[in-house]
Amino acid sequence: MSTPDMTTTEHTPASPAPTAAAPRRRGSPRLTRLLLADRVATAAAIVLLLAALCALLGPLLLGEVAQRQDLALARRPPFSLDLGLFGLLGTDALGRSVLARLVVASATTFSVALPTVLLSMLIGSTIGMWAGYHRGLRETVAMRVADVIMSFPSLLLAVVVLYVFDPSVATIVLVLTITRIPVYLRTARAEAAQLRSRGFVDAARTFGTAGGAIIRRHVLPITLPTLLTVATLDFCYITLAESSLSFLGIGIQPPDVSWGLMVSEGRTYLRTAWWLSFFPGLAIVVTTVAATVLSAWVRLAGDPAQRWRLTAPRSRRPSMASTAVIDQEARP
Amino acid sequence: MLIFLRRRAVSGAIPLLVVLLGVFLLARLTGDPTALYLPESATPAQRAEFAAANGLDQPVWQQLLDYLAGVVQLDLGTSLRTEEPAAEMVLRAFPVTLSLAAVTMILAVLGAIVLGSWAAYRPNSPADRVSSFFTMTAASVPDFWLAVTGVWIFAVVLGVLPTSGMDNGLLSWILPIAVLMIRPLGVLTQVVRGAMVSALSAPYVRLARSKGADSRRVVTHHALRNAAAPALTVAGDLAVSLVNGAVIVETIFGWPGIGKLMIDSILQRDFAVLQAAVLLTAVTIFVLNVAIDIGYALLDARVRDVATV
Repeated sequence: MSTPDMTTTEHTPASPAPTAAAPRRRGSPRLTRLLLADRVATAAAIVLLLAALCALLGPLLLGEVAQRQDLALARRPPFSLDLGLFGLLGTDALGRSVLARLVVASATTFSVALPTVLLSMLIGSTIGMWAGYHRGLRETVAMRVADVIMSFPSLLLAVVVLYVFDPSVATIVLVLTITRIPVYLRTARAEAAQLRSRGFVDAARTFGTAGGAIIRRHVLPITLPTLLTVATLDFCYITLAESSLSFLGIGIQPPDVSWGLMVSEGRTYLRTAWWLSFFPGLAIVVTTVAATVLSAWVRLAGDPAQRWRLTAPRSRRPSMASTAVIDQEARP
Repeated sequence: MLIFLRRRAVSGAIPLLVVLLGVFLLARLTGDPTALYLPESATPAQRAEFAAANGLDQPVWQQLLDYLAGVVQLDLGTSLRTEEPAAEMVLRAFPVTLSLAAVTMILAVLGAIVLGSWAAYRPNSPADRVSSFFTMTAASVPDFWLAVTGVWIFAVVLGVLPTSGMDNGLLSWILPIAVLMIRPLGVLTQVVRGAMVSALSAPYVRLARSKGADSRRVVTHHALRNAAAPALTVAGDLAVSLVNGAVIVETIFGWPGIGKLMIDSILQRDFAVLQAAVLLTAVTIFVLNVAIDIGYALLDARVRDVATV
């Protein structure tokens, strides 16, 4: 069943243009069907979509509600009816709706996580494929640099950099990008190093294709699914990292809201208003679990040799978690 | 073996040197220390005197050499907050973090071996499902939220555990270690499970089974030994991320460890202490990585032999 895909990627690269585009164009309706067939993955996709929607529209629609203070309504428990729907998750010490704040904060989370994922994937995989394809000194240098970054606790780097520069969305993105580049660099390098000795790459080289073109046309299309899987998973990591930084007071700064910051602010009122830090944390958990589940699914669906597992009966499937976490920290 | 060790130590020392250099450069990036340490009303003469006293009038390479010499002599400057030597403060905080991390790691490894083997013994069994679910949530739950929720449930609602501090003996260790352990336990369980699944289907395990060895003995004596090597490698990388966790846990539970010291010094702009703490952490991780490589080589003859060639 997956043979047609195999043949397109394996044997047609001599005519490069259709290789990159054809399987994707044909594949997309099938992917949607595959996604809908997997109930857990569908739920995860819906959750992420909802979160993204919140991030996109939230500040526009609820920005005002989230800032409306009313000391008479301060610290109302969840399901209090005074604020209507916005009282569903209670109110904070200034009488602001926790629900509205959560929705607005999702925008901050996405505005840090998305640029970071995209930037680190772009930089990391470009260097990684370049290093893996050319081997030799270029590979050694790139890998050593990656080792150096990996062997240093990311939070420490963030702490030091945010000491020097004032914390803002831009600096947080910068720090997190630096710490996440090695993940893509290693993945892309490993794939490229393995692909460079494959027949179709050899053929392209024999025909005189330049290194850059080979990487773009022959290495990238095959590496991309893996990179995307890593990226989905990394989305969780970055969400967690950003909220940790905000929680510690060196991330997003108070006039803005982020889920981590909300947990941190709610900590003061733990004895009287547990919902203040409980729900923002729950939002983080739900988002990251959804991203993890989806990344496991993308990993199977993006690999023609593995795709059958999604249509196979459940008992024959590998368990989710065994495919969920890619060995990010694995040594080269 | 010695050649192997030396090579490992050298390749591990490069990151360490880079960290040293990075910390030094960042110290320069924060701006002129004279502006930071002296009041704004200081006269130019006072500034020059300060610069001379601290070697700031020297060329940068000379400053770098002085800095490295200072590091070797454990002279890491003085805290702006307490006016104590930074090295002393850091060394005082270090044992707290070290014991926290060590206990966490030992418990996580033991727990992962039990959970992972249990899950791998029958793939897709309920036990396997439970451990899979656990590993997935463990990777997705923010540790600070877990800590805050844990304090809320066990200290505020139930009142059985202390909210913070380390004066309540064993009781005060339970929450911090539980929070810190979740992530390493999840990752390690998954690694042990994966390694055990492949080990249990290896020919030598089948041989052991067919010669009639007790099935429990097959797991503990035959398969586990080989499954331990990958778990050990991952444990080394986990130690790096454990530092991240320690910062959070120490801040929340108010433990006077390295993590709390770092956050406090960054919030109060006490650069000497921050620098010293970062340095000590980097050195510890370096030593740990070398130790893990040794352990790995002791476990797996192939690594040892390939490395010595």
